[in-house]
Amino acid sequence: MPKRTDLNSVLVIGSGPIVIGQAAEFDYSGTQALRVLKEEGLRVILVNSNPATIMTDPEFADATYVEPITPEVVEKIIAKERPDAILPTLGGQTALNTAIALDKSGALEKYNVELIGANIEAIELGEDREKFKGVVERCGAESAKSVIVHTLDEAFAAVEELNYPVVVRPSFTMGGLGSGMAYNAEDLTRIAGAGLQYSPTTEVLLEESILGWKEYELEMMRDKNDNVVVVCSIENFDPVGVHTGDSITVAPAMTLTDREYQNLRDISIAVIREVGVDTGGCNIQFAIEPDTGRVVVIEMNPRVSRSSALASKATGFAIAKIATKLSLGYTLDEIPNDITQKTPASFEPALDYVVVKVPRFAFEKFPAADATLTTTMKSVGEAMALGRNFTEALQKALRSLEQKGSELSFEPIPADELDSVMKHIEKGSTERMSLVQRALLSGKSIEELFEATGIDPWYLDQLALINETAAMIAANKDLGEDVLREAKRHGFSDAQIAKLSGKSEAVVRGVRHALGVRPVYKTVDTCAAEFEAFTPYMYSSYDEESELVAHEKKSVIILGSGPNRIGQGIEFDYSCVHAVMALRAEGYETVMVNCNPETVSTDYDISDRLYFEPLTLEDVLEIIHAEEETGGVLGVFVQLGGQTPLKLAAQLKAAGVTILGTSPEAIDLAEHRGAFQRVLDSAGLIAPKNGTAVSFPEAKAIADSIGYPVLVRPSYVLGGRGMEIVYDEASLERYIANATEITVDHPVLVDRFLEDAIEIDVDALFDGTDLYVGGIMEHIEEAGIHSGDSACTLPPITLGPDVRARVKEATRAIAEGVGVRGLINIQFALASDILYVIEANPRASRTVPFTSKATGVQLAKVAALIGVGRTLSELRGSYLPAEGDGANLPDSAPIAVKEAVMPFARFRTPEGKVVDSLLGPEMRSTGEVMGIDKYFDTAFAKSQAAANNPLPTSGKVFVSVTNRDKRSIVLPVKHLADRGFEIISTGGTAEVLRRNGIPTQVVGKLHEGGESIVDLIHAGEIGLILNTPSGSDARGDGYEIRAAATSVGTPVITTVAEFGAAVQAIDALREYAWDVTSLQEHEAALEAARNA
Amino acid sequence: MNSLSNLPAVLVLEDGRIFRGRSYGKIGTALGEAVFTTGMTGYQETLTDPSYAHQIITQTFPHVGNTGVNDEDNESKRMWAAGYVVREASRRPSNWRSTRSLEDDLLSNGIVGIRGVDTRALTRHLREAGAMKSGIFSGDAAAASDADLIAQVNAQPSMAGRNISAEVSVDTAYVVEPADHGYEGEAKHTVAAIDLGMKSMTPHRLAERGLRVHVLPYNATLKDIKATGATGVFFSNGPGDPAAAAAQVELVRSVLDAGIPYFGICFGNQMLGRALGLETYKLRFGHRGINQPVMDKATGRVEITSQNHGFAVDAPIEGSFTAPIERYGKVEVSHFSLNDQVVEGLSCLDIPAFSVQYHPEAASGPHDAAYLFDRFVSSMDSAAEKDSK
Repeated sequence: MPKRTDLNSVLVIGSGPIVIGQAAEFDYSGTQALRVLKEEGLRVILVNSNPATIMTDPEFADATYVEPITPEVVEKIIAKERPDAILPTLGGQTALNTAIALDKSGALEKYNVELIGANIEAIELGEDREKFKGVVERCGAESAKSVIVHTLDEAFAAVEELNYPVVVRPSFTMGGLGSGMAYNAEDLTRIAGAGLQYSPTTEVLLEESILGWKEYELEMMRDKNDNVVVVCSIENFDPVGVHTGDSITVAPAMTLTDREYQNLRDISIAVIREVGVDTGGCNIQFAIEPDTGRVVVIEMNPRVSRSSALASKATGFAIAKIATKLSLGYTLDEIPNDITQKTPASFEPALDYVVVKVPRFAFEKFPAADATLTTTMKSVGEAMALGRNFTEALQKALRSLEQKGSELSFEPIPADELDSVMKHIEKGSTERMSLVQRALLSGKSIEELFEATGIDPWYLDQLALINETAAMIAANKDLGEDVLREAKRHGFSDAQIAKLSGKSEAVVRGVRHALGVRPVYKTVDTCAAEFEAFTPYMYSSYDEESELVAHEKKSVIILGSGPNRIGQGIEFDYSCVHAVMALRAEGYETVMVNCNPETVSTDYDISDRLYFEPLTLEDVLEIIHAEEETGGVLGVFVQLGGQTPLKLAAQLKAAGVTILGTSPEAIDLAEHRGAFQRVLDSAGLIAPKNGTAVSFPEAKAIADSIGYPVLVRPSYVLGGRGMEIVYDEASLERYIANATEITVDHPVLVDRFLEDAIEIDVDALFDGTDLYVGGIMEHIEEAGIHSGDSACTLPPITLGPDVRARVKEATRAIAEGVGVRGLINIQFALASDILYVIEANPRASRTVPFTSKATGVQLAKVAALIGVGRTLSELRGSYLPAEGDGANLPDSAPIAVKEAVMPFARFRTPEGKVVDSLLGPEMRSTGEVMGIDKYFDTAFAKSQAAANNPLPTSGKVFVSVTNRDKRSIVLPVKHLADRGFEIISTGGTAEVLRRNGIPTQVVGKLHEGGESIVDLIHAGEIGLILNTPSGSDARGDGYEIRAAATSVGTPVITTVAEFGAAVQAIDALREYAWDVTSLQEHEAALEAARNA
Repeated sequence: MNSLSNLPAVLVLEDGRIFRGRSYGKIGTALGEAVFTTGMTGYQETLTDPSYAHQIITQTFPHVGNTGVNDEDNESKRMWAAGYVVREASRRPSNWRSTRSLEDDLLSNGIVGIRGVDTRALTRHLREAGAMKSGIFSGDAAAASDADLIAQVNAQPSMAGRNISAEVSVDTAYVVEPADHGYEGEAKHTVAAIDLGMKSMTPHRLAERGLRVHVLPYNATLKDIKATGATGVFFSNGPGDPAAAAAQVELVRSVLDAGIPYFGICFGNQMLGRALGLETYKLRFGHRGINQPVMDKATGRVEITSQNHGFAVDAPIEGSFTAPIERYGKVEVSHFSLNDQVVEGLSCLDIPAFSVQYHPEAASGPHDAAYLFDRFVSSMDSAAEKDSK
């Protein structure tokens, strides 16, 4: 039965900004979906507010709406485009929730739109905890046992059956109030007693604890003929208690017999049928009691999920692509397996390797946050690695994290710390695995560690095996061939071997190469080599046979950006993918290297060859060698994947590798203070006064000479890591004391901080002769907030032609002086009409996708072509507009506003409070959205709605600002008051407002007693908050206000500049009926204006 | 901790390709046909499956032995594989049902294994060159010259043309009672199951559906069958070349001629095919794994099946045809492989006989095809109904 013929157009809902728990994997799945729909000849409509995605590239859909993903906006798109169907299962929970809301509001019925890939009943059965319990029961399986009690006596009776520990959950309390774990009768009396009090219905749910059980997940597909296949099983290294997104996970399951695995498979199939997932993917999670094998179904996701992306990359089975085809009416047996070509998708992949995924965290960005891992996901990215055994895959995955200390080390835990470590590892933490492994070195047994952690003894033995191998290396420091082979078999890097054998990494590599100990490259083929594979999706292993085949053209290698982290996310994958697309289109043989399973770049059909490998010098050099051996290498791109590949540039060049685009010398020139200063001097440009220090006295001398406040930061960082604005000497001393790694090679940079300056970001291309300014972005917040966290607008809304001309000239001078060949990003600050150069980065920046989408010019593609020798003038009229550039957009160009999305609500202090949401020079946003419209006000309003901070059009506004801001808020606050907003304020701010004739309700501060502003926020009465911090109150009222706002989701604005923009936007929302416009429409208008 | 045996070992193929590794299980020499299986779970069931007699099994999944060995999952009384090739042997089994390590059982069953082999390279080689004679030599045996080892490998008989049924079958008949397999009430029918290397899950699947199963040896006669009072006959899986099993083919014909409902699995499918007059042939490298997609022509649905066969029946998969032995009437291919269109099931349209090439009893593998046992029960139900009329 072939595909349905009654569908002509489909609307795909994306997942919006990257947030913790919903990341780049939905760009990967959405992009696959769009490609399938286009290939099938359908008209494709997309809504996604995230400009950094590949899926929002205009070429992937017929109509691309970079608009907020809210039911209202999506309804407008439906009304305009009248699609036949909506595909909501590839855009995460955001898409699914939007689809449900559209169904509930009647919009689907009104416009006669069908949901494909899911139905509302199935979604609800899958997602509603109680209904799902019923499903599980009807399938003859078990959920965790629970009992509802109304008295303590009932509670004690219930525990007879459930056994300690029990989870206590009072009914109908907010935010889990009163929940807890009772380990004994005393706990139960206390927690359940209090819980019965808290509960308005005097009702408490007691549930058996499954903490410490083995955790598994099965990825399933089902088609309309009720064919079901299991794509992959995934086993969590960490037992139940750590969110699967935060756990190290392994595919396939390693510690189940066939009988037990088939039982999970049978339950999964029964559940997917009972829930009624029509077509597409879903996953089901299980817990297994380690001593008895009792199985409990935890939950299911009736859609493509993060684990589906992982399962796709782990097996080569393209879940999102196939789910899309199934939603169009195909059946699994009608869809060919791309990899084998000859066999169908109606099978279950067989792996002949092991896959390990490790999460990457960003707790260093949130020092106040509790780093204990719980059932709330906190990781911001992940790395995956494949190996021919677990130890190889694990160690490759760990070094893929690129974090200091992520590779295992082999120092035993000191005896006096062992007891506290054994206690610490009972809970999940980022360092748990390495502590467990080192505890083994300290003599703890596998049994003891299993007892403490619940980690399966098989995995613990694998850690012991790694330890034994380390000991073997240390005992054979002369490193013979057998020693090296054995070490490599278990995934040891040259760096680890170097440390264990007391040699340098270069010497180890030299010895290894001399002995001919090199990796081979195997293929991910879905079938364990049973059939020939036609897609070169490769991974390395120290095994016998390499499967690389000779290639005719020399390859161009693009190094990716590794695991997502704050400051280096999907934007860099976007640039890498664009480079690959452009180079492929121009006939180059492209090779992609990356280790991030969430990304589009690691889809096996994006490049000519994919190496799913860590991005360390060792791993990259081996790939280059293998490519040289099989046909030669034209060169390597390091400027597209962010800091990860960039930091390899000099070493790659030293190893004789050709770097395409900007040379390592030029990169160093831009990063090196002194040298860069000379570039600026010779161009007549100025930087804020600055200096470089390696000690506090040096830093103090610099600060004294340039005056406080100063901006201090370590050199060579991305995302403003460790950056701080320091207002006085005491703070400076504290900063230097806390900065751990100051060396002559890595000094601290001390800059004059420009207060009240306008920050400007530029993305430009330079080919050695010509400059093309991609776009000039004006930040909405003043300088001092990291550019990644601040909102900005393109074209700039207050910079006149003269300023833009100066920016362009300065950009040319720097690009030329540094020697850029490709992309450069420069940050300027305009203070008192003087243009300061803050910094220049000769690489693809975070804003490249935003600039590209706002101006309709794909900068990363051009950068790639410059790298292989093309010139800007050659590319005019094809990749670039025939005339003009992004510095001088037509007056009618739409205004694009980029807004950052922050993860504060995810993190709690050890006391359970939300961490502070104050913005600063250190970047903490996880993602971004774009609002685009004819005028700034509406564009800004859209950006706020897209970032889940919709601005209110009436109601109460709370205003509390620091002294220096009091003068600037009068007018905007009065404006809101005149439009009927109720203004609420405290103390000093209220006084200023009253004296200016603005009716203001005064509420108490926290310490004043009585009903405080924090209570009002918690009660949900406040629609908008303006709170500008004064340096010292970060832990006082300001913090409490921001924390309350974060926990209930009230929009909070922390700068006056942004408040001004918000007031404009509120006006626009109140007064104009704004509309939705596709990027294709914007681009057509822009093209027409350019040609006019 | 590291209790694995660790002497030099070598795997030698008849075409001269050699893989080196370390010893695993018994030290010594093993000769057999080199085959690979892609199942990621179920090594215990695989090793104890009699169909693997005289075969050296390569496990494509790299970690083997992780869950040890338990007392419930054996598919027969012993391991049958001639030898065992793995990449990573587990040092420490971990599973709540595990009672001993896999290497313990390899030793007690006298199975010579090899570990540390690039099993993927070996699999790719077998995929291209086809299943072939091979040998594992460990300890002192591995010290011989390559030429000598290759000669030893080539001296063994080829799988084609071999009848191994006598080796793997039971010596004496026994009965499997439904009541011992969770079935409540009186047995519905009696089945004679001819053991040509049967896995223990098969009689269990029959018995749990209310069938009393008389397991008979490979050389049983129609008289033996009738003596059990059987109203249905089952032919099991098993090793060897179906073309060399003339006696069994004759027995199937006598069953068909007697109008007794017939159900065959694997070797039993090849027996039905040959009884109908169809030819069988050797596949290049066989189907061995638990992820094999099969199309059920009757429903248009896909089953993920457990397979282990090196030979297949030659028949047209489209439509139906008259059996070469015309008295058996119309026949159709009921199931075929979606990977390579190999015949995976036969259904007689005029007589009560059907069979599948794969393993509905699973163990190891998915349970998608368990309905075939129900189909067998129904075919006996309708035969009984007809008789009573």
